Amino acid sequence: MQMPQPDARVLSRKAQIVARLRDAIPADAVISDEMETRAYECDALTAYKCPPLAVVLPSTTKEVAAVLKVCHEMGVPVVPRGSGTSLAGGALPTADCVLLGVARMNDVLETDYDNRFIRVQTGRTNLSVTGAVEADGFFYAPDPSSQLACAIAGNIAMNSGGAHCLKYGVTTNNLMGVTMVQMDGTVMEIGGKHLDAGGYDLLGLICGSEGQLGVVTEATLRILPKPEGARPVLMGFDANEVAGACVADIIKAGVLPVAIEFMDRPCIEATEAFAKAGYPMCEALLIVEVEGSPAEIDEQLSLILEIARRHNPVELREAKDADEAGRIWLGRKSAFGAMGQINDYMCLDGTIPVSELPYVLRRIGEMSKEYGLDVANVFHAGDGNMHPLILFDANKEGDLELCEAFGADILRLCVEVGGCLTGEHGVGIEKRDLMVDQFAPADLEAQMAVKDVFDPAWLLNPAKVFPLAASESRRSVALAAE
Amino acid sequence: MGALPPNPRHIWKKKKIMRPETEAELADMIASASGPVCVRGGGTRGVNLNGAMLETGGLSGVTLYEPGSLTLVAQAGTPLVEIEAALDAEGQRLAFEPMDHRGLMGTSGAPTIGGVVAANVSGPRRVSVGACRDFMLGVRFVDGTGTIVKNGGRVMKNVTGYDLVKLMSGSWGTLGVLSEVSLKVLPKPETAACVMIDGLSDADAVRAMAKALGSPFEVSGAAHIPAGLDGHPVTMLRIEGFAGSVAYRADQIAGLFDDMAVRVDRDLEAVTKSWAWVRDVSAFHGAEGDVWRVSCTPSDAATLAAKIGADALLYDWGGGLIWARVTQGKDVRARLGEFDGHATLVRGTGQPKFQPNPAPIAALSRGLQQKFDPKGILNTGLMG
Repeated sequence: MQMPQPDARVLSRKAQIVARLRDAIPADAVISDEMETRAYECDALTAYKCPPLAVVLPSTTKEVAAVLKVCHEMGVPVVPRGSGTSLAGGALPTADCVLLGVARMNDVLETDYDNRFIRVQTGRTNLSVTGAVEADGFFYAPDPSSQLACAIAGNIAMNSGGAHCLKYGVTTNNLMGVTMVQMDGTVMEIGGKHLDAGGYDLLGLICGSEGQLGVVTEATLRILPKPEGARPVLMGFDANEVAGACVADIIKAGVLPVAIEFMDRPCIEATEAFAKAGYPMCEALLIVEVEGSPAEIDEQLSLILEIARRHNPVELREAKDADEAGRIWLGRKSAFGAMGQINDYMCLDGTIPVSELPYVLRRIGEMSKEYGLDVANVFHAGDGNMHPLILFDANKEGDLELCEAFGADILRLCVEVGGCLTGEHGVGIEKRDLMVDQFAPADLEAQMAVKDVFDPAWLLNPAKVFPLAASESRRSVALAAE
Repeated sequence: MGALPPNPRHIWKKKKIMRPETEAELADMIASASGPVCVRGGGTRGVNLNGAMLETGGLSGVTLYEPGSLTLVAQAGTPLVEIEAALDAEGQRLAFEPMDHRGLMGTSGAPTIGGVVAANVSGPRRVSVGACRDFMLGVRFVDGTGTIVKNGGRVMKNVTGYDLVKLMSGSWGTLGVLSEVSLKVLPKPETAACVMIDGLSDADAVRAMAKALGSPFEVSGAAHIPAGLDGHPVTMLRIEGFAGSVAYRADQIAGLFDDMAVRVDRDLEAVTKSWAWVRDVSAFHGAEGDVWRVSCTPSDAATLAAKIGADALLYDWGGGLIWARVTQGKDVRARLGEFDGHATLVRGTGQPKFQPNPAPIAALSRGLQQKFDPKGILNTGLMG
């Protein structure tokens, strides 16, 4: 993956830039020592590393505005960072950038149960948002796997999803308002404690814009009353096609489970060896979870089980209590860890129409043989968001490149069948150069025109999302204008 | 024998109405337009601006419907009834419950799916499942230069690039003319019930709705009518789902209010009818005056409504949406003053339709207009 040449003019003025930042915000919030900036050299896409010019850790919206104003005036690119858990390189620095971390901004500002929202600073972690309201019977719905660590800032930047978004939607569906700082330091409020912000849907535009339109410092999030209970059921099938057909039949029958998770044989085998959840050895495994009162759960599960039986499952396992429910989820939740035990892996994130599931899984299997790299599939089947895990050996010469080429082919396949490159992780640098496979030049132009409006100098996270060749003229204008 | 009815095509020609039959034709028409263009689907939502009329009705038809994937793709000019019929045949629906504006606006014609999306029209269920924009998966549109742009797609999770789908939803044709929309649809529940509380003051009703919406019993509609059909206040709480679950949750909700005059309507047909009445603001049909729609923090609703000094009120979304019928020309925004939310003039003239934005947002909005419609021809002036 290529990154643009750092701007020598910025590099040569490091001392002045750092001095001005130290004037603008408390000195201890500016890190410029090369040993210390190294801690920020990458996010969860660890194959790529580059220490930033400097790191700033502001504590307030005002401080964020002050930092951006300095960088804007001095023509310094800024890379915003939540908790650095991006799998797509969304927070990967460049050598000439100021990395703006929101980790110190993690306060709960307001909790309102009558109006069902919580207002937080965006450095707060996803899980601790729910943590702030769960004693009162509420929760924040989007639940990315990294929810223990990932920050709301990153969730908003990437429009993060999770296992339960079939019912509750992704971040954009649960975001009511933001405080955002533009690159020139302008602070604005968009949306608020009401539904549907007035005027153009700027909130919808900002959510998922990968930190390229502004730095979101505070967010008003929708919270929901916790359901009375939830219960999963596990089903095993002897073919991917059958499991796929079962998913479609459940959805068509009018049941809307909160989650439908799918694992294929390589994934089942790996997680069994690792977590010993007692999963059946079969070709495809589904975990379907429903919510409600015990009677409601029974009603939905009996319908789901009836549908499953029509597809001749090799295994049907209902959770009788919390312990059994935990065991059903155990393997799924440790799937990524299990794969990490065996090998290095790359996690993809393409989405496909649910109806294409059997075909896509078959093609991935064929490609796996061609590339000579193993793949395990684990994904959110209800919404077609796949997570193929390609196994490779990082210490073996050329294996990473081979793995990336295989990954790109899988993503192209997703686009080919009517899907997309990324369902919840974001484009970052990882899928940046594949954007031309999904979008025509005019489609990309329309998106870049939006960035022109929000950040005319293209200083915010500039080398992400768009293929470098497509954004080059805009980025070089930014340099020339300095 | 009377004269034959005029050929509609002939009339369009005479009035210089543009009516593209394909996306390419739409692009050509916009590229060659030199003056203002008034974009409309079925013309039911009362947008009537100066300029050449551009109707999307020629771009019609469901292009893809996969019930097992909960996905529907349709050309923008497809009549809503056609989409609803296709969904109904598979036991599915548009969960955001778009209102039919005809009764309120005194318009005729057939609402189109493109019109619904362009105006981000959502009904009572918005409070629980989200707005029209939350169900939008993809768009194709033609911008003000005549360029065809696609964004999003037909899959349920998609964060590939910027979300222009949401930008286009609710942009009222000012940034581009929709040619195709792709939507997430949901199963139609087996049945529904409505818990009704009689005689509450507006403030008490808002508190009751907050209590119900804050319970785990999944209320899918919460409205308060200060003067119901019999002239007395009624607060309505809707529950939908499988029969056993609905019966259970209706009892639980009713139980929350056992110190009040509470009753439960369990007749699906009656419940459906009464919520269509709420959705279409039927209480205001045929009555004179301007109609305003105020989006606000629910717990502020009763106080804000009192400031308006309305002739008639209806609260939806648990109080988060106030419908107000007022004397013609009354400046509702001035009466409300500063508040968390915004007021839209749905029926009436003399005021901007949409609440003016604060300066930084207005600047961004203008910037977007200049990028997407540099000639300034699409529904000019409608959105600031």
